[in-house]
Amino acid sequence: MTWQLDHIILSLVIILALGAITVKDLLGAAILFGAYSFMMCLLWAIMGAVDVAFTEASVGAGVSTVFFVAAVFRTTRRTKD
Amino acid sequence: MNDLVAVLISKYNYWVYIILMMIGFYAIITKKNLVKKIIGMNIVQTAIILFYISIGAKKGATLPIISHGHDAVGHAVHASDYINPLPHVLMLTAIVVAVATLGVALALAIKIYRQYNTLEEDEIHTRIREQ
Repeated sequence: MTWQLDHIILSLVIILALGAITVKDLLGAAILFGAYSFMMCLLWAIMGAVDVAFTEASVGAGVSTVFFVAAVFRTTRRTKD
Repeated sequence: MNDLVAVLISKYNYWVYIILMMIGFYAIITKKNLVKKIIGMNIVQTAIILFYISIGAKKGATLPIISHGHDAVGHAVHASDYINPLPHVLMLTAIVVAVATLGVALALAIKIYRQYNTLEEDEIHTRIREQ
């Protein structure tokens, strides 16, 4: 069970990373990066690193996404690639 | 040959680490947008954290909390029963450093946008050359 969950989350991580760098909207890229960070946090909770998972859930998925959204609202959503 | 393939398949965490690191470097090198470059930098950082956590993980092991810690006279502690906590502690520091570099990079991107009114690298270069 845990083995299969591991594989699903590892493939989701790769898909979300590719989506975050290919989507043509910076706000969408920020939200996809937040989902990527949350999948990483689940992966570390599965691998037994609970302290790292806590820190990643608060700092990586929380504060980083807020930083990205704030920066996108202060600049522009338009991107060419 | 079959042993080699079995070893390569069983270390799938490291393959995902390599793929994520290449995705991050690709974003840093080829994307023109500054926010996309910063996202690529963060993907590289999380890939390195994944590599270190994979070093410490063990199959069939539990969290590194000893259940008979205070009167541990009659109990032996087997290291193979517990996950190695040293990479976890190192990576806690790395996550904090990652969010600090992210804040500095986004602040620089906002200053560049106020100066040149764009986030694309090629347009910034043409505007610097025009001045």
